[in-house]
Amino acid sequence: MTSRVGVVVFPGTNCEHDVVAALGSLGAAAELVWHGADSLAGLDAVVLPGGFAHGDYLRPGALARFSPVMEAVARFAAEGGPVVGICNGFQVLTEAGLLPGALQKNAGLRFLCTTVTIRVETSRSVLTSGVAPGTELRIPINHFEGNYTCDEDTLARLRDEDRIVFRYVENPNGSVDGIAGVSNEGGNVVGLMPHPERASAAILGSTDGIVLLRALLASAGLRSGSGPAALAG
Amino acid sequence: MPVADDSLHRALGLTDDEAARIAEILGRSPNHLELAMYAVMWSEHCSYKSSRIHLKRLPTKGPGVLVGPGENAGVVDVGDGIAAAIRIESHNHPSAVEPYQGAATGVGGILRDIFTMGARPIALMDPLFFGPLEDARNRWLVEGVVAGISGYGNSVGVPTVGGELTFSPGYSRNPLVNVLCLGVMPTERLVLGQASGEGNLAVLLGSSTGRDGIGGVSVLASAGFSEDGAEDAAKRPSVQVGDPFEEKRLIEACLELLDQGLVVGIQDLGGAGLCCATSETAGRAGMGMDVDVSAVPRREAGMEPFEVMTSESQERMLAIVEPGDRAAVEEVCRKWEVRAAVVGIVTAPTPVGGGRLRIVEGFGGEVLADLPAASLSDDAPLYERPLAPPADLADRRADDPAALEAPGDCGPDLLALLCDPTWVYRQYDHQLFLNTVEGPGGDAAVLRLAAPGLPPSRRGLALSTDSNPRWAAVDPRVGTALTVAESALNVACAGARPVALVNCLNFGNPEHPEVMWELSESVDGMAEACRELAVPVVGGNVSLYNESAGADIEPTAVVAVLGLIEELDRRPPGAGFTEGGTLLLLGTPDKSLAGSRWAVERRGHRGGSLVGPDYGALRALLVLVAGLANSEGVVTGLHDVSGGGLGLALAECAVRSEVGCEVESVADHAELFSESPGRVVVCTDDPAAVEARAVAAGVSVRFLGRAGGDRITVAGLLDVDLAEATEAWRGALPVALGEPAPA
Repeated sequence: MTSRVGVVVFPGTNCEHDVVAALGSLGAAAELVWHGADSLAGLDAVVLPGGFAHGDYLRPGALARFSPVMEAVARFAAEGGPVVGICNGFQVLTEAGLLPGALQKNAGLRFLCTTVTIRVETSRSVLTSGVAPGTELRIPINHFEGNYTCDEDTLARLRDEDRIVFRYVENPNGSVDGIAGVSNEGGNVVGLMPHPERASAAILGSTDGIVLLRALLASAGLRSGSGPAALAG
Repeated sequence: MPVADDSLHRALGLTDDEAARIAEILGRSPNHLELAMYAVMWSEHCSYKSSRIHLKRLPTKGPGVLVGPGENAGVVDVGDGIAAAIRIESHNHPSAVEPYQGAATGVGGILRDIFTMGARPIALMDPLFFGPLEDARNRWLVEGVVAGISGYGNSVGVPTVGGELTFSPGYSRNPLVNVLCLGVMPTERLVLGQASGEGNLAVLLGSSTGRDGIGGVSVLASAGFSEDGAEDAAKRPSVQVGDPFEEKRLIEACLELLDQGLVVGIQDLGGAGLCCATSETAGRAGMGMDVDVSAVPRREAGMEPFEVMTSESQERMLAIVEPGDRAAVEEVCRKWEVRAAVVGIVTAPTPVGGGRLRIVEGFGGEVLADLPAASLSDDAPLYERPLAPPADLADRRADDPAALEAPGDCGPDLLALLCDPTWVYRQYDHQLFLNTVEGPGGDAAVLRLAAPGLPPSRRGLALSTDSNPRWAAVDPRVGTALTVAESALNVACAGARPVALVNCLNFGNPEHPEVMWELSESVDGMAEACRELAVPVVGGNVSLYNESAGADIEPTAVVAVLGLIEELDRRPPGAGFTEGGTLLLLGTPDKSLAGSRWAVERRGHRGGSLVGPDYGALRALLVLVAGLANSEGVVTGLHDVSGGGLGLALAECAVRSEVGCEVESVADHAELFSESPGRVVVCTDDPAAVEARAVAAGVSVRFLGRAGGDRITVAGLLDVDLAEATEAWRGALPVALGEPAPA
């Protein structure tokens, strides 16, 4: 049985088709889930893709957290379901309280669309299971508000609990401790600013995102009982 | 209907003759509302009254052309059941007074032109022209315009994949902000902006209507700027305000309506607002329309009917739907949170005089305006304005920059010409949709031909926007022909065959005979090159009155060539070197310096004369170069010679790939900095194969030198450290904008 991945679409989301296409090319059955949905029944994993949910005029993710689907996402996460927020999806997850911290404006106060190198810091997440810590990946970023911040206690806890999933090799946006992605305590909810789906074909310049998307599908497969192998790490 | 007073037409921008013509069409004196409607529709911006007579000389037919000029966008068949829609527009005047919103709403407007055809917008490009960055106001304009494009384009979710950045003193108070959009659709989704079918409903979709942008096309876009800054600032309320989130929902709602077959015609609301959309849709179908002005959702109270009809509030579309589909249309709009209001009913044409556009206060209520729908566009005045070459033309042509003293060392000039546009384009999302194979900064953007709902295809599209106001200032006819040649060569370097062209003609005050001469000459040059290269012109835009303090801008004809790649299965080689590669020059060497960046920017010399393209040689070169770009392993780098000449082409390849070069056979500074297109620098590990192909194609080929090392060396002319060149290239723009140089 193929893993079913739901890709949440808020009005203003714009990376949904890209995520569906990238996951589809890896053999997954990815489908769009409208933000008004109140159930994620039958899905093995959920992705909150990039974009500008509800326009993001107030603050990225500040309105999206009130969309009906977010209650279903919270339940899905509480049950251990794999949830990944990419870029705007990361912002939404922090606003919804499913991940700690917040994303503020880039240190340079400009939008940044460029390809950066990130380092995988832990295998203890649904997006990096089986990926060796220290692995460096070339992945595009595309954001104005990607400057991760949190209080010192939270930062200490993230470090202690091995929840910093990715760091930038060269910090492009002022994020505290160079953080590019974090997870919840269980490692099943991950948010990251870089876009793995944009690094999923050689013709687009990088295939480094595939290893992450495959890890997500493996995690989804475990949940659906169709997974190829046990989670490593 | 009270008759408007005698001088009102002048305040609205109409001449006495035009007002008399309106009275003749109506058979009576127009009232205020009617005059206001004619004033916006007959403005230079909407009616092309000064340029139409020239534009018809452009070749517009071709085997793949599905929709030519005159509709919202040109449409070409790109194979595999897919059609591409393309259009370019200017948003110069709004951007001059309010750079962020001016540029942002330019993006919004061009997107609507594309999805109104049924196409999903997949790429934007922005040719930008500013005055020198030593001037603080110009820096403010650059920052604002780029932020506006970034803020709107990124949020609405359409990648900006390229453009141009040009600096010249002539643009100081009147920057040019052109914006191009490319869309794709399954061919059968193509829809036109027509209001057919008596009794069908005109449904206004999207934003409510406010007082923003009233007179945008007439007050702002059809007049120049004065010396008085306060007067220009006072035009700011005529600039619209953009809402990319509304537009994003509007795109998705409209494409869903089209997919479900719920609209018979659709038209965006741009310049001249509801007045333009209702009259054009009715006029094209030979029908009339009753428009209930009281049914238009409003942003503020107390708006007059003329304000509602001419407002340029953004993010609005007019869909023509059958009454039976109304509920289904409203359902789609509810899902996307898009407002939908029935504001009009299509009416049958009258036996005499065709369809009438009637503005009413409630259907069946008071008639506020009543005029022939088609008269707003079809009867617009057509001017054959006087044209004359500039008085000093002969003197300027005789003043050839060949007479300038040759530099002892060409290195400093070369370093000064280097400018990396990364500062601009990394503020743009240029990767969305996973189509961007080659993004901004190369010869042409290269895109996969894919989008949700499209049939699968192995093809790709290449897109390049080009202009050369320096050439056009020397000779608008030849300069524009050369610009077309350059644009075609840019897409060839990406492995594509040119299939269509759109243009944006930015010129000064059409009431100046020299400006009209420049426009006319440019059109002739473009027509000649397009005919010779068999590239049809499928759309265009004309922006006039680009002047400030009485001085016209340099003639700026922007062309964009769309190229088709038959099989896009890997990245084209791109502009760069590989260590140890052999460097060859394809095409005929040239020494003309007229209008070159070296002569104009480095020596302040604007004279000389241009030699037109050798079309036979160019056609052979286009085929050869596209073939080389598409053949795996034959060439490792490819870059056409354009602004800055062979010298800059070499230097750009070197800094982009971080590989130096050692070039032996460039005769002098003229050969190094001459810009005439028709030449391509090639880096190859198999020079014999490239030479054999060139000989077979009848294209001249010459050995230049070798790639490698950490210096850029041209024997006898320059020897520059690669690191120094890279620093100059990367730092040029940030440093000029007062920021630290990138590390």
